[in-house]
Amino acid sequence: MLAFKPINLGRWVVWGLTAVLFLLLPAYFNKGFSLTLLSQMGVTIIFALSYNMLLGQSGMLSFGHAVYSGLGAFFAIHALRWIGAGTLVWPTSLLPLIGGAAGALFGMLFGYLTTRRAGTPFAMITLGIGEMVFAASLMFPGFFGGEGGITADRAVGAPFLGIPGITFGPQVQVYYLIAAWCFASIVAMYALTQTPLGRIANAVRDNPERAEFIGYNPQRVRWLMLILSGFFAGIAGALAAINFEIVSAENVSAIRSGGVLLAAFIGGAAFFFGPILGAVVFVFFAVALSEYTKAWQLYLGVFFVLLVLFAPGGLSSLILMNLRVVKFRKFRRLRDPYFGVLFSALALAFGTVLVIELMYHVTLNVGQGPAIRLFGMIFDTSRAPAWTFAGVVIFGAASAFEFYRRRFRQQWHDVQREIEDWVRDNP
Amino acid sequence: MEALISQALYGISYGLLLFMLAAGLTLIFSMMGVLNFAHASFYMLGAYVAYQISSWLGFWPALVLAPLALFFLGAAVERWGLRRVHKWGHLPELLFTFGLSYIIVELVQVVWGRAAVAYRVPPELDGPVRWLQRYDITFPEYRMFMMAVAVAILLALWLILTRTRIGLVIQAALTHPQQVEALGHNVPRVFMLVFGGGCALAGLAGVVGGNAFVTEPAMASTVGAIVFVVIVVGGMGSLAGAFIASLAIGLLESFGKVSDWSVAKLATSIGLAVDAGTPGYDVLKLTLSQVAPVLPYLVLVLILIVRPKGLLGTRED
Repeated sequence: MLAFKPINLGRWVVWGLTAVLFLLLPAYFNKGFSLTLLSQMGVTIIFALSYNMLLGQSGMLSFGHAVYSGLGAFFAIHALRWIGAGTLVWPTSLLPLIGGAAGALFGMLFGYLTTRRAGTPFAMITLGIGEMVFAASLMFPGFFGGEGGITADRAVGAPFLGIPGITFGPQVQVYYLIAAWCFASIVAMYALTQTPLGRIANAVRDNPERAEFIGYNPQRVRWLMLILSGFFAGIAGALAAINFEIVSAENVSAIRSGGVLLAAFIGGAAFFFGPILGAVVFVFFAVALSEYTKAWQLYLGVFFVLLVLFAPGGLSSLILMNLRVVKFRKFRRLRDPYFGVLFSALALAFGTVLVIELMYHVTLNVGQGPAIRLFGMIFDTSRAPAWTFAGVVIFGAASAFEFYRRRFRQQWHDVQREIEDWVRDNP
Repeated sequence: MEALISQALYGISYGLLLFMLAAGLTLIFSMMGVLNFAHASFYMLGAYVAYQISSWLGFWPALVLAPLALFFLGAAVERWGLRRVHKWGHLPELLFTFGLSYIIVELVQVVWGRAAVAYRVPPELDGPVRWLQRYDITFPEYRMFMMAVAVAILLALWLILTRTRIGLVIQAALTHPQQVEALGHNVPRVFMLVFGGGCALAGLAGVVGGNAFVTEPAMASTVGAIVFVVIVVGGMGSLAGAFIASLAIGLLESFGKVSDWSVAKLATSIGLAVDAGTPGYDVLKLTLSQVAPVLPYLVLVLILIVRPKGLLGTRED
């Protein structure tokens, strides 16, 4: 049978551009710090996408996904040590396969238990399994390295494809290793969404009962998805092990599990590409912002809650909704309200950050004296003017924000209704 | 024997504390379908607020005022947070409380710092129970007080739920919210009251538990996971199941902590030679006190294999 299949040009362009972007990024971000940042983003992208195979595609909210990436990382780092000791012959570039296999194996083991339930019980059970693995990791110092963790040297393997010099010692080589794995994983995970398994996972997410009626066992579908997701999480874990050359109990902790949930949700779980965006934003918060402030987790938490309250589809849904407005040529009407809302929100954020930083300074940096430098200004936390200033800023900005918010809300609803009416009338 | 009884009392008092948390969580879950991820954070907040109030007014006013403050906080969270996301389904509700737990633990650090605070047992309850000492059993008076508070509150809760008008409305709203609304009751307000009440219960647990244990920013995550284990093991939405499970887990913890039994020791005592050369010695040599942190989760796994819906649970998901 002959069927004409046109080449989907748009898709090739998107994938091609992504690959080129991955190739060219180090040309601009070649400083040590930005290269580390990029490497971490690559790892987190794989991790967040693997998480979204559960949350977005199969409707499973997991609080213990770091178990699979963390255990994958531990197996990878032990393999790396064996490579160094000469007991294992394996190219460093294929180390993520070992991590992935470990992740899938534990996905098979723990997933058999967790996927017996769905919905809220699934979430709680994954939390319990995560806590169990974390507690157990401190009990077996032989394998998990106790408090200090396990370290290894990533440059010990044979050169990549026999080319001298490519030993994954320099950070830029690690970046390209991560980028290659990241690209391959994105392609593989996207392809998976197009397979019958990926489709039936969507069906199980939306209505498990009807999926059961057409002859699929939802429990088994969830289990399969969890195993595959564990595989990709293990890849991310192994890459993290190569990148940092250290793996500790923190890698399987609830903090990691919570982090990947935040990353996937912030980007938007409803779209395949959402978690990529979320991973970039999350790494920005966790790595870049944490350089400047101790309160970064508070800001991340507030950002997350605001998204849950006002844009449950995450950042990607916000972008897509605005693109739709632009497409219908109605953005001009939103422009001015947007200005007002965004500027007053920025001022409000400035005032809030000021208060939080001042308070943090008072409670945590007791020994450093009352003066603190913020936004290029010096504030004296022991005297009233700093606090009054922050209070006035918050009050003014909050009033302005409330005023503009109402106007924006009105316009936004009008525009959305017009678009929806048009779509309904012109199918 | 005396040590055994005192250990059992420790376990029961811890179990009752767990049940105060699990009861609120179960009520909220079975009524609104929301798993309140921030429940343990309210427990922590209760301890910190009580610490603050007790440093101003003393412990006894704090015992009343801190849960009251938590009640209003919980009601506000329901009114302006949860009710907003309710229309998007249960997942955003759960995520909202998850984000809230993030924020609360950070705010606690902003206000009270990262180290543990000196929240102490009131001096009039500081000491062993005298009448138990006559039988050579040493047990702190404060723990006894903790048990009394827990039992009294739970009795009151049971009376409210079964004997009062609002209790009957709550019970009806659990299963038939539309019908109750059609009869003219304000169901969203009932939800708000229940959520606030659950938070107040968690806060009270924090008030009496914070000084029995340690009041620190990590206390929410350590207790939070255990409480989840309790309500899964007991069966989601079953108060009686949660009661049994919390007592069982409390006893398991207190006995596990002090036992130095290990598989290796057991094997040696029946005449088998087990030493560092035996395969799997790393696992065999672990004493029960070393694996104590994992025990509740092992119970969870075991229950999931044997009886996935929990001890007294009726619903599959």
